[in-house]
Amino acid sequence: MFNVEKIRNDFPMIKNAGCIYFDNSATSFKPQCVIDRVSEYYTNENCNIHRGDYDLSVKVSKEYDDTRKTIKKFINCRDKNEIVFTHGATSSLNTVAYGYGLSHLSKGDVILTSQVEHASNILPWFRVSDLTEAEIRYIPFDEDAKFNLEKYEECFKDRKVKIVSLTYVSNVMGYKYPMKDIVRIAHKYGALVNCDGAQAVPHMKVDVEDLDVDFLSFSSHKMCGPAGIGVLYAKYKLLQDMDPVWLGGGSNARFKSDKELILKESPDKFESGSPCIEGVLGLDVAARYLMDIGMENIEAYESELSEYLVHRLSELKNVHIYNRNTDTAIVSFNVDGIFAQDTACYLNANKFALRSGNHCAKLLIDLIGTNESVRASLYFYNTKEEIDRFVECLKDITLEKCIEAAI
Amino acid sequence: MMDKEFKREIMMDHYTHPRNKREVNDENYLKKHNASDSCIDDITVYMLFDGDVVKDVAFDGVGCTICTASTDIIADLIKDKTIEEAKEILRNYYAMVDEEEYDEDILEEANAFDTLSKQANRIKCGTIGIHAMSDIIKQYEER
Ligand SMILES: Cc1ncc(COP(=O)(O)O)c(C=O)c1O
Repeated sequence: MFNVEKIRNDFPMIKNAGCIYFDNSATSFKPQCVIDRVSEYYTNENCNIHRGDYDLSVKVSKEYDDTRKTIKKFINCRDKNEIVFTHGATSSLNTVAYGYGLSHLSKGDVILTSQVEHASNILPWFRVSDLTEAEIRYIPFDEDAKFNLEKYEECFKDRKVKIVSLTYVSNVMGYKYPMKDIVRIAHKYGALVNCDGAQAVPHMKVDVEDLDVDFLSFSSHKMCGPAGIGVLYAKYKLLQDMDPVWLGGGSNARFKSDKELILKESPDKFESGSPCIEGVLGLDVAARYLMDIGMENIEAYESELSEYLVHRLSELKNVHIYNRNTDTAIVSFNVDGIFAQDTACYLNANKFALRSGNHCAKLLIDLIGTNESVRASLYFYNTKEEIDRFVECLKDITLEKCIEAAI
Repeated sequence: MMDKEFKREIMMDHYTHPRNKREVNDENYLKKHNASDSCIDDITVYMLFDGDVVKDVAFDGVGCTICTASTDIIADLIKDKTIEEAKEILRNYYAMVDEEEYDEDILEEANAFDTLSKQANRIKCGTIGIHAMSDIIKQYEER
């Protein structure tokens, strides 16, 4: 049974934040068990891994590597060696672009992406396009940034698309894109799919075997884990076929003065340098914490919250919602006649934490016709009661109050 | 210190009825575009000089409350002043926002922003037009 009150007790920040936190797409709170795990490492296990010939290092190295088994289970991949630890979704996405894109794309090829992408899944491809002369093409979306599979399939007709790089869930519109069909169609035309899972993996069951996706990137800090750590999943044969972006200690088997270099096997070849050990250990606990609650339960509860939030916000005549039919607990809106930042400032003064702006998705302007919005993004520890308080607060918003909040 | 009520009135007034907000298509004006990467603010400031006097200041574009009101107020303040006087006003405004010592009297209505320094994420909004004015003065002096 999903018991939100019990869950809320696991998160010290819920009591300590001094505000109602609706900015979970930016980062999530961490449960006490994750915080304890990180501090346990520094208190009782501090050492480097994969280096030392002593018991402590051997033990912690094993715990670090065992996290791959946890993540394997979490996203249901075949092999724990398909799990590469990175610094976060941004670093995973860059690894795919530079490690795979640079060596596999050339003039005449097409990188297919969309205008809802986060900067982290578009800017690396801009550079790959500059360096390889591969062309970037955007999938034509329906109105409201909804996905249209027919228009998508049209993009493959000239058989130039080599890679599709797409987010599973838009961090501004909250839409969940039909990833399984997206992958099926791409594979039909011999293209690979790089999935940005940053906003999906924390909120729903993502099964890479079922999706058959080729690459998946996500961050630990958005799914109750520590910051500074993330995951790149890729099919093992693709990992073998990729170049690491960084070289250094830990990723090489041997090298000689004549520049001969033999890299280790994946995933080690991608993990040069001393890693964020406490981050990996904390991520292990976070993933198990989420699995204990059950991703299906989390998704179902968040869907209830989302419906309720849209329903309650719709009561306010002065609020314009950009994604009334959101698939997740991400809702973007503006108050008529008040700029997003002024609204967020008013909400802040009333102890609600939300983000305003373009949310790193600057190409979205062309799709929804606004470049700035306020975004409420909820997680499974938020409640309907918090939504009620939020709506009550928004009911009272005036320009005068926004100004007062800033002075 | 101004009271909050009074500050709010000044800002509402300049936000809803900015005196200096208009597009300028006169080649005699120097102009500077300035946009924020974190807020909606995206404005162009225009200034006309006559010898060492600021004859006119105008701006257009999109700005939030803080951006529009601060730009409009400072535009009023530096209009018809000598360049040295205008620079002194801008210097005092920056000092206020940086929590350094400044002369309240010289800033007049701009004192409405005397607590802007406490709102780290709005400082940019409250200085975007003022940066543009400083840049234009520099442009004029270096011409
Ligand atoms: C859709 C999406 N992709 C990628 C990222 C980048 O994640 P990170 O900043 O953790 O690297 C984010 C973060 O906001 C995101 O929302």
